[in-house]
Amino acid sequence: MSMELDVFVGNTTIMDMEVYQLWLDGLTVSDAVKVRMDEGALLECEANAEVLTSDTMDQFRTFQMCERLLHSPTKLGSQLLYQIPAQNQRILIERYYEFDSVFAREVLGKKLSKGTKKDLDDISCKTGITLKSCRRQFDNFKRVFKVVEELKGPLVENIQRHFLLSDTLARDYAAIVFFANSRFETGKRKLQYLSFQDFAFCAGQLISYWTVGAVDVWEPNDPDMDVDLEKEFLHELKDLKVLVNDKDMMDQHKILVCAALRGKIKVYKLMEVNFKNLSRALINLASKLTHTKDVRDLFIDLVEKFIEPCRYDRWTVAEITLFLTHYTNAAHCLGTFRYQMIWDRYMGVIKSCILQMYHE
Amino acid sequence: MPGKLKAKIVAGRHLPVMDRASDLTDAFVEVKFGNTTFKTDVFPKSLNPQWNSEWFKFEVDDEDLQDEPLQITVLDHDTYSANDAIGKVYIDIDPLLSCEAATVISGWFPIYDTIHGIRGEINVLVKVDLFNDLNRFRQSSCGVKFFCTTSIPRCYRVALVHGFVEELVVNEDPEYQWIDRIRTPRASNEARQRLISLMSGELQRKIGLKVLEMGGNAVVGYLQCFDLEGESGLVVRAIGTACTLDKLSPGTDSKEPVFSEDPPHPLSGPPTPLRTLPSSSPPPFSPSKPCSRQSSSSDTDLSLTPRIGKTSPPSSPSPPLSAPFLIPSQKLTEFPIFTLTCFPPGFLVHVGGVVSTRSVKLLDRIHNPDEPETRDAWWEEIRQEIKSHAKALGCHAVVGYSESTSICEEVCILSASGTAAMLNPRFMREGCLDTGGSDHSCGFVHIPYDEFNMPFPAQLTYCYHCRRQKVPDVLFTTIDLPAEAEVTGKGCLIQARLCRTKKKAQGEVNATSISNLLPFMEYELHTQLMNKLKLRSMNALFGLRIQISVGENMLLGLASATGVYLSALPAPGGIQIAGKTPSDLSYDQHISTMQKRIDDTIAKNKELYNIHPPECIEEVVGSPIPDRQRSSRLFRSTSESSDELSELDLSHGKKDAFVLEIDDTDAVEDIQSLLTDAPIPAGFYSCNTEVMPGIYNWTSGLQMFTSVRVYRLSNANLTNQGLNKIFTDLCENLLKSLYFKLRSMIPCCLCHLNFTVAVPEEELIQVRGHTYLKIELCVFVCFPGSGENEEQLQFSMELFSSSERCSPLPEGRSRSLRSTRSLPCGAPVTVVKMTPLSFLPGTRIVKYLGIINMFFIRETTSLREEGGVSGFLHSFIAEVFAMVRAHVAALGGNALVSYSMKECVFMENPNKNQAQCLINVSGDAVIFIRESDQEAIPPLLSSRQTSSTGADGTT
Repeated sequence: MSMELDVFVGNTTIMDMEVYQLWLDGLTVSDAVKVRMDEGALLECEANAEVLTSDTMDQFRTFQMCERLLHSPTKLGSQLLYQIPAQNQRILIERYYEFDSVFAREVLGKKLSKGTKKDLDDISCKTGITLKSCRRQFDNFKRVFKVVEELKGPLVENIQRHFLLSDTLARDYAAIVFFANSRFETGKRKLQYLSFQDFAFCAGQLISYWTVGAVDVWEPNDPDMDVDLEKEFLHELKDLKVLVNDKDMMDQHKILVCAALRGKIKVYKLMEVNFKNLSRALINLASKLTHTKDVRDLFIDLVEKFIEPCRYDRWTVAEITLFLTHYTNAAHCLGTFRYQMIWDRYMGVIKSCILQMYHE
Repeated sequence: MPGKLKAKIVAGRHLPVMDRASDLTDAFVEVKFGNTTFKTDVFPKSLNPQWNSEWFKFEVDDEDLQDEPLQITVLDHDTYSANDAIGKVYIDIDPLLSCEAATVISGWFPIYDTIHGIRGEINVLVKVDLFNDLNRFRQSSCGVKFFCTTSIPRCYRVALVHGFVEELVVNEDPEYQWIDRIRTPRASNEARQRLISLMSGELQRKIGLKVLEMGGNAVVGYLQCFDLEGESGLVVRAIGTACTLDKLSPGTDSKEPVFSEDPPHPLSGPPTPLRTLPSSSPPPFSPSKPCSRQSSSSDTDLSLTPRIGKTSPPSSPSPPLSAPFLIPSQKLTEFPIFTLTCFPPGFLVHVGGVVSTRSVKLLDRIHNPDEPETRDAWWEEIRQEIKSHAKALGCHAVVGYSESTSICEEVCILSASGTAAMLNPRFMREGCLDTGGSDHSCGFVHIPYDEFNMPFPAQLTYCYHCRRQKVPDVLFTTIDLPAEAEVTGKGCLIQARLCRTKKKAQGEVNATSISNLLPFMEYELHTQLMNKLKLRSMNALFGLRIQISVGENMLLGLASATGVYLSALPAPGGIQIAGKTPSDLSYDQHISTMQKRIDDTIAKNKELYNIHPPECIEEVVGSPIPDRQRSSRLFRSTSESSDELSELDLSHGKKDAFVLEIDDTDAVEDIQSLLTDAPIPAGFYSCNTEVMPGIYNWTSGLQMFTSVRVYRLSNANLTNQGLNKIFTDLCENLLKSLYFKLRSMIPCCLCHLNFTVAVPEEELIQVRGHTYLKIELCVFVCFPGSGENEEQLQFSMELFSSSERCSPLPEGRSRSLRSTRSLPCGAPVTVVKMTPLSFLPGTRIVKYLGIINMFFIRETTSLREEGGVSGFLHSFIAEVFAMVRAHVAALGGNALVSYSMKECVFMENPNKNQAQCLINVSGDAVIFIRESDQEAIPPLLSSRQTSSTGADGTT
């Protein structure tokens, strides 16, 4: 005797959120049944393995059928096929679009294309996340990217409007879209210590301050405001070169910073010695950003040229904070330095990125 | 009388991509009614077209309005080749024809294709203008209201009950016509859908005519069924109860929706609210032409319903009660039949017991669809038999009546069952000695038959409630528990399951062998029910439904009922095991361990169901506790009493209910099945009636589920016992699955658990029998456990709020609340509740919008791709629900009550990767409002409300 058909349908679609998570994790029905058994599901209601299997299959089928709708979450609210309470709809969507930061870290900055999709096997092996789950997460990234890529207006809001995600999750997606669009280099070995959250923070900073949408009032005709860095701004960054090219100005800058920091940081000596190198690193970075290639290397450059030297000298985060604060402020006191606005806009982001990326 | 039907196509959304090149669709719509078709413009390159069409007007006569559905087809325009159909929407416009139901149909409908399922949605507006004044309109069949609900609809009052109406129409099944070989599956499915829609429209219209003839204006308890007889054709039949209903205007201070005290009836001088008009009673049958191939008819009945003729006819019902009910000239055979299961308090005077009839027929091709005499004659025969059974029980009416069929190839079992009852002719309070004032009454359990001339042997005692009248020791009924019944403890679902093998045979031989098996099956099911009832210390069954399904090489019997302990009936005796074989020590020991297990189970069940009969009973009859002495005493007296009675040989049937003889293999099996029934997990309660006996504090959170399972029995060489075991396990497992799935919702109650079994034929492989077990399980309602009486109301209110909060599945509270929470894109979908109950706990139905009766076919040629049979059926059922909800919402409703899935036929051919499924659903679309919302409404109204919902609330 065997069961050929086993169906359970409610007028209101009934879903067990624990089983949903197992499904999202890409487990097979039998694996999910095992997990549920280990969690003691059999103790409830005198269930047996058969009951549990039937329930799991049923739930998995429901999720699979809803998956199509989850691809365009706005449809979930207006579709007629499944009657799902609004609160459950939100949970369904949110969980479906949640991702493992380990996975996101792997694909961050990569082109969301078929080529990358082929690498998912490796990522799955490396991270221990099932291939099925990797695919879902990757497809989610790609789907969100495709939808908002061409849209005007604030990135986070666009994502929220089209995918009905929570604020935090929408921000994470904004970071992923931003990285995928600008193709920032994140895969180098030297960058491996950085987590997804580190990058997401940096992306947030870049989106907030360096894109077109960051300064201008949004106008309907502005293209791609949040996804691309503002060209004009990047161009203007070249002017900052004066800080290293003008010897007087550089010395003056150093004197001001040293005066402010003397006695306040332990690594003062080393700082004094390295000031010119550090300053040059930051300014050169700024002036190169007109080239797409160098934009991509922004993070690796920050690590190689600034973070690594500091770490070598065992700076603490507090010391770096002090240094960068005074380094930024000191430039205002340089009588001949005329690019205050650009300078603040540049250093504000660089400072917070460095602080986020600097792990002691 | 003509009318003008107007339809407007507003927009579409979520349409499928029909043009691969552009990923878009050039959609247009054809609107068809009868033979007239209109088209909208093509809305190019969009998946969300905005047609905003003009009003398409159809001038038609009312016959067409009732029969035909409005047919809306969405197509993709193709310049070079034929236009591709995207899908269709059928809209039944019947609700618009009654002035009290909906006035407009407006909303989003899923676009349905029989091959691809739902493909997008379309927004449609439909109106009907009838060219006549109200009076003339009311004379036509259009105005008749239909209700699936088997009780008096909540916002109506019955002025007059006219009695039974029935009709059937037959046609050839398009699936079996020659043309089916050359047309596409889609065309064939659509032809079938359309035909059935037409047939049910016609059926409804014809029934409506009968009702008008009788002077009524509504059909309550309307039950429509399809018999897919294959080659022989397609039968659509319906039964119902014709009534004259008065709408209760919200302000009126009527006490209860009862059968009225003075009906304004022109024909009757004296106030006879309930009468059968002479014209109505003999249905227009032509009982000529008896079916030539009819092989046999079995009128097996439960032991409570003896064969007529064997027993001396009981004295006719006491004159004062029956006289006003029946018209003096009426013949005795013209007993009224009611499809209602729930009655106003005091309406049922006495209940006799279950009457049922089964008949095995051989199907023959329907030669002339316009004269469905054969089928009519079959049913007429069955109804006559039911009536005569009722008469034998000293009753003049049958209530809770239903009919069903089971078809396997050319053999068809027709079944009918109901409850014999005496009805209160005038609903006069003074006429019934127990109903005066008190909430509880025991009148209905008093025997209707003559004590000294009983139709079957029964233990009569004085009623434990009034101590004046005689009552039987057990009572089986098909109706819901009457509101006035006093119950001790809680009720529970009781099932008897049986499987019998039969030889595969053809034609008459087959029919005869089935016919011969039926009485044994009925008897065994009855014994099982009786034993299980005793094991639970209960003494009455309500909502009894016995289904016998025929397969090629087996018969399945499934009886479900809700057991209760009626306080007015005597406490049930225990179960005693007796060994016939001369004593040997180990054998005695075996028996005594068995006996102990049974006694323990009884004691445990008493705790579980909280059955503690009041002490006072003891004074009257001695120990109510079923000790062995008592049961043996009963046993003895049974045989004694049977001596005084006629030579009925059914007495041994009563004996088995008390004493199980162990050397009988059947009895061993019975005991096994008795004791192997898994106990219901804590926090769950189940019943198959509308309300759970003994539990009155309902919350409004309710859900409806349908579950379908199909098993393949790999070995046909199983014995009866083996099959029984398998079948029982299947049922138990299904229940277990349900408990597990709903575990997060406890405490909860599974109400209206409705099991349906079928054994579909298996053509290719003979040895494999298919056991097709479909459960249509429905509502579950949370409640907070039993509280003290005075606290009950407050208590339930508390849980009401807390369950809203913590329940994992809080349903949108109401349309208004849901819409405030609207999602950024698109209008929110109206939450539509569906329930097989006739009411929604904690709410009040303010308007009935009309009957929903839909038939769908879904077919696939890519079964594997759709997730196998389970995936296919799962999505189909979900689609059907979606379409039902859309229709309810378009009528302006927010719930479907008395929902039932009457047909769910599933066929598959895995080798060809194909499957087909047919589903028929029905129910009443309603608008409800929450009781808690009523604070805004004047107090007058809410006071009326409490009394009208008293039946399901606290009694």
